[in-house]
Amino acid sequence: MSVDIATVKKIASLARIAITEEEAARIAPELDNIMGWIEQLGEVDTSSVEPMTAVIPNHLRLRDDVVTDGNVRDAVLSNAPQAEHGFFTVPKVIE
Amino acid sequence: MTDLTDLGVAAIRDGVRTGSFSAREVADAFIVKVSKAKPLNAFLVETPDHAIAAAKAADDARAAGETLKPLAGVPIGMKDLFCTKGVASTAASHILEGFTPPYESTVSGKLWDAGAGMLGKLNMDQFAMGSSNETSYFGNVISPWRRSDGGNAPLAPGGSSGGSSAAIAARLCPAATGTDTGGSIRQPAAFTGISGIKPTYGRCSRWGVVAFASSLDQAGPMARDVRDCAIMLEAMAGFDAKDSTSLDLAVPKWEAGLSGSLAGKRIGIPKEYRVDTMPAEIEALWQQGIDWAKDAGAEIVEVSLPHTRYALPAYYIIAPAEASSNLARYDGVRYGLRDLPEGANLQDMYAATRAAGFGDEVKRRIMIGTYVLSAGFYDAYYTQAQKVRTLIARDFERAWEACDLLLTPTAPSAAFGLGEKTDPIAMYLNDVFTVPSSLAGLPAMSVPGGLDKAGLPLGLQIIGKPLDEQGVLNAGLALEERAGFVARPDAWW
Repeated sequence: MSVDIATVKKIASLARIAITEEEAARIAPELDNIMGWIEQLGEVDTSSVEPMTAVIPNHLRLRDDVVTDGNVRDAVLSNAPQAEHGFFTVPKVIE
Repeated sequence: MTDLTDLGVAAIRDGVRTGSFSAREVADAFIVKVSKAKPLNAFLVETPDHAIAAAKAADDARAAGETLKPLAGVPIGMKDLFCTKGVASTAASHILEGFTPPYESTVSGKLWDAGAGMLGKLNMDQFAMGSSNETSYFGNVISPWRRSDGGNAPLAPGGSSGGSSAAIAARLCPAATGTDTGGSIRQPAAFTGISGIKPTYGRCSRWGVVAFASSLDQAGPMARDVRDCAIMLEAMAGFDAKDSTSLDLAVPKWEAGLSGSLAGKRIGIPKEYRVDTMPAEIEALWQQGIDWAKDAGAEIVEVSLPHTRYALPAYYIIAPAEASSNLARYDGVRYGLRDLPEGANLQDMYAATRAAGFGDEVKRRIMIGTYVLSAGFYDAYYTQAQKVRTLIARDFERAWEACDLLLTPTAPSAAFGLGEKTDPIAMYLNDVFTVPSSLAGLPAMSVPGGLDKAGLPLGLQIIGKPLDEQGVLNAGLALEERAGFVARPDAWW
């Protein structure tokens, strides 16, 4: 599977990273090279194994369904690039 | 009068305890050294007040006759991947410039609770992605080491914990925290002639550590000897309910359990780690390590880890895939950089912020990750890589039938020059010996073994069974006692 400029643009769009024509042209061969090197994984016969989930067998812990946090609005907003009336503010979403 | 900055963690702890010197004297000595080492670019932020406050607490406790805390009087460096309350935390990225966490990471909090003080936040590869500390938004860290050819070429301190390794080697701090996802504690330790251990996955909490690859990231200590690493790790490790992958197990007394004897231990030498392109000096150091292990009483066994060569490609699917998911949160909404071009809508803001905020290597890995997780490719790449990961882990399990620990070189070369490795894959190959144990979640450490022809440090790696940090530390100590590594960089800064 080769990585061309169109593919790079599509990936960049999925990843929400703006990319110029020149950057796409520069990155395409780099990614193509890396993916080519990764291709060798296809050689391995993995028909008898499951994907690895954990190093040491573990189960996801649950906790009691009680409120243990909250009422820290100012701390939560303290690093906001833009905040108003106790909310994060962003550009208009609705078209 | 001893130069206090030549002392390690144990010596400082013990000296403060017995009153040989005050914690304040120690803090002052290191603060001065840090302030004079700006050419190394190891520190992003200096926090002398934090170190002085911790020193004062230690001195006051001693004056009041109280039992001192385990790290009372010890000032350390904190890799900038750990969120520190009220102190800028950037992961060396422009996208987190200005972010001041209103909370403390679990691991850094445990160190402060143990009495340690913070000298500052250490520079690193951006988002822990790199092996040379050349991807930081805030500039390269320059190794305190120089080649003996008199050429003055600036060298890489290794990465991603390059600020940590450089600072310790330059005696700017006796110890520091690092994180290791594919080798980022061990490889920089090897490049700068210091020690570092990545514990079993789950030993140290990841809460408050900026996430790169969640199934691989582990915090760990870096210091100039094995004992100091053991002391630091005891303070850093432990169950944390806030980290769902945290191991609910008591922290062993690793310092008390230290022993340099390998009697009764079988040390495995994995034949697939002998790569064709391996420099003769690394092969010689490895053989030297084998001889030292024998001298300590170990039986040497050759073992096979057949899927070793697939570890790096598997890692460069899994880690970027997890990173693409973890780094999706950096969108200019809640913290960090926001780039809002004229007339931009929300999607434009995301795209512009991330384009401006992430460095090239970070973008590269996000894109690889996005690609391998995208519709149509997920099974061929990500699922396949996770299955290969099972085979790699199984190779180690089988090896443990024949041996108790594995001995390998840490890195395939000594430190290279900054700017020398421009091909991403050439950079990725730096991690060839460290990545397999990362994928398997095993404890592994690097100790300095000697110097190469150019006078640069070379490291030896020990890998252990899950939860056998003691075995790994003890083997490290056995090698350290026989290596007699006392070389240190001459201050060119």
